[in-house]
Amino acid sequence: MAIIRPARQLADARRGGDAGTLRQRLWNARWCYAFMLPSVILGTLFTLYPMIASWYISFLDWSGLDSDRHFVGLDNYSEAVADSAFWGSFGRTFAFTFVTVPVMLTLALLAALVLNDTSLRMRTVFRTMFFLPVVTTTAIVGVVMSLIMNPFDGPLNAVLLDIGIIDRPIDFLGDPDLALWSVSGVFVWKWMGMSMIYWLVALQTVPQELYEAARVDGASRWRMHRDVTIPLIMPFGIVIVLITFVGALQTFPLVQAMTSGGPAFATELVELYIYRLAFASGSTPRLGYASAVAVFFGITVLVFTLAQAWGLRRASALQRDVKQGGQA
Amino acid sequence: MSVPTTVSGQAAPARAGRQQPAGTKPRKHRGWRSWRREIIVSIVLLPICLIWIYPFLWMVGASLKTDTEIFGSVSVLPEQPQWENYSRAWYEANIGPYFWNTIFITAFTIAVVTITTAMIGYVIGRYTFPGKKVLVVVLIATLFLPEGYTIIPVFDLINQLGLSGSLWGIILAESGGAHVIQIMLFAGYFRQLPNELDEAARIDGAGFLRIFWKVMLPLTKPAIATAIILSLMRVWNSFLIPLVLTLPRPELRTLAVGVYSFQGENMTDWSGMAAASTIALLPIVLVFLALQRYFVEGVAGAVRG
Repeated sequence: MAIIRPARQLADARRGGDAGTLRQRLWNARWCYAFMLPSVILGTLFTLYPMIASWYISFLDWSGLDSDRHFVGLDNYSEAVADSAFWGSFGRTFAFTFVTVPVMLTLALLAALVLNDTSLRMRTVFRTMFFLPVVTTTAIVGVVMSLIMNPFDGPLNAVLLDIGIIDRPIDFLGDPDLALWSVSGVFVWKWMGMSMIYWLVALQTVPQELYEAARVDGASRWRMHRDVTIPLIMPFGIVIVLITFVGALQTFPLVQAMTSGGPAFATELVELYIYRLAFASGSTPRLGYASAVAVFFGITVLVFTLAQAWGLRRASALQRDVKQGGQA
Repeated sequence: MSVPTTVSGQAAPARAGRQQPAGTKPRKHRGWRSWRREIIVSIVLLPICLIWIYPFLWMVGASLKTDTEIFGSVSVLPEQPQWENYSRAWYEANIGPYFWNTIFITAFTIAVVTITTAMIGYVIGRYTFPGKKVLVVVLIATLFLPEGYTIIPVFDLINQLGLSGSLWGIILAESGGAHVIQIMLFAGYFRQLPNELDEAARIDGAGFLRIFWKVMLPLTKPAIATAIILSLMRVWNSFLIPLVLTLPRPELRTLAVGVYSFQGENMTDWSGMAAASTIALLPIVLVFLALQRYFVEGVAGAVRG
């Protein structure tokens, strides 16, 4: 690095890094701007503009069917705050997230700990099988799973009946008390492989020597993981928890394909509620209101994510302090 | 257990040992306890993994059965393969056209995304220019800001561009999504290429374009492969964008939307639905099995970055 860095600065200067007037620097970097242009245009049109437009639309009363739009200020937001259907979907989304994320992270960590063992020769095969659901089309997986969970002819009920765990078929997706948890289970199955890869990345940063040292000391596998592995991968753990949490809010394809939010709105998460308002209400679509709900929900999630990041960082710092204090 | 390799107190030899590829690790002092452990773990994991992928096995099996054979049956293998399920799905349920739509959209979106993210990643990774900081901040901000419900303005924009009746609208909307991970992947990859390379090329009289195209880009093949796989997974499996953009034009549906609508229209045709699902999932599963490394690499990038 020490040799490369001066050379880099030299090269940068020659490429128009810091030399000359602003005009000259802009001209020197003309190729850079040309290379950015396609991405910047596409990103502006289809990421940045829609984002800002959706904030703007959230202040409108607009059906999307005609050009009849009124500016209504914060009316949509105050309506959302008083909307019990919205809060219902909001509560279900958080219940869904608080169940799926810990279950998924735990299962994924267990799988990763087992598969991280290089002496296990079939580990690639196992990893492939656990990861397979991740690469498949979510909406189609939802369709297939709704067949598998069918109360009359689906194989899941057939197995449970054969084994004798149940004597009557279970209506996994038709029972309002059960549907959300059935969908959660499928969600965990669908995305567990993703979290497993995250944990494997984290585990590969743990130096092998530490395991060998622990083994010489006669530490059991369980103690080794508790005292060596887990503390060392905690910094990654924070990122993994946050990514998994944000991922668990992307529920639309799976839930729409499995239940469309039913029965009786029992699985209508926020993403599905917004879709219904905008495209599938049966009556006049309410794009302004749908956008307001989406922005409001987005802000809540952002605040929650930041709080979570802060809390997790605090927790791991505290843990470290306690450890060091104990050793001193 | 007190075998020579456990002298991990000296860092140097231990580290050298770690850099060996996993397969060549010395195995000679693996005791029988370690064998026993491997066998037990494998015997426990294998059935779990088979149950894990059972839904896919069931799907393929059901696609070759008659409906009466499917109902209430757990087994995977059909008595007599019913290939006409596939022709029924392909022709009558329009999975054929949906298949070609998906191929078309996926191919063009991957091309656009890979080329544009490689270009912007190249200048971010290797050059400094006025406005670079702003660009990076905006890129990262798009990851965190509450995006609201962007599909509504996207739908509106595609209509105003006059593209609502064609696949090009879907391709544009898919290509324009924030591909920050790919950009960061390319930027990181280009950054670590040695500077001597472009200096030598510049002395030989090569311009900006030629250095990028002839010298730098060929050296980033692993990054290109990973970026392509990331886009493939995203576009092939995309649901909301094609669902909303094809609401007025059902003949433009992709496989994800097509199979979803199939379910709504032919509730009872399970074998047809299974055949349609198999047609839709088989390509991405085959690519995954062939190029696993890049899938794992692409997913892992989210944590490493």
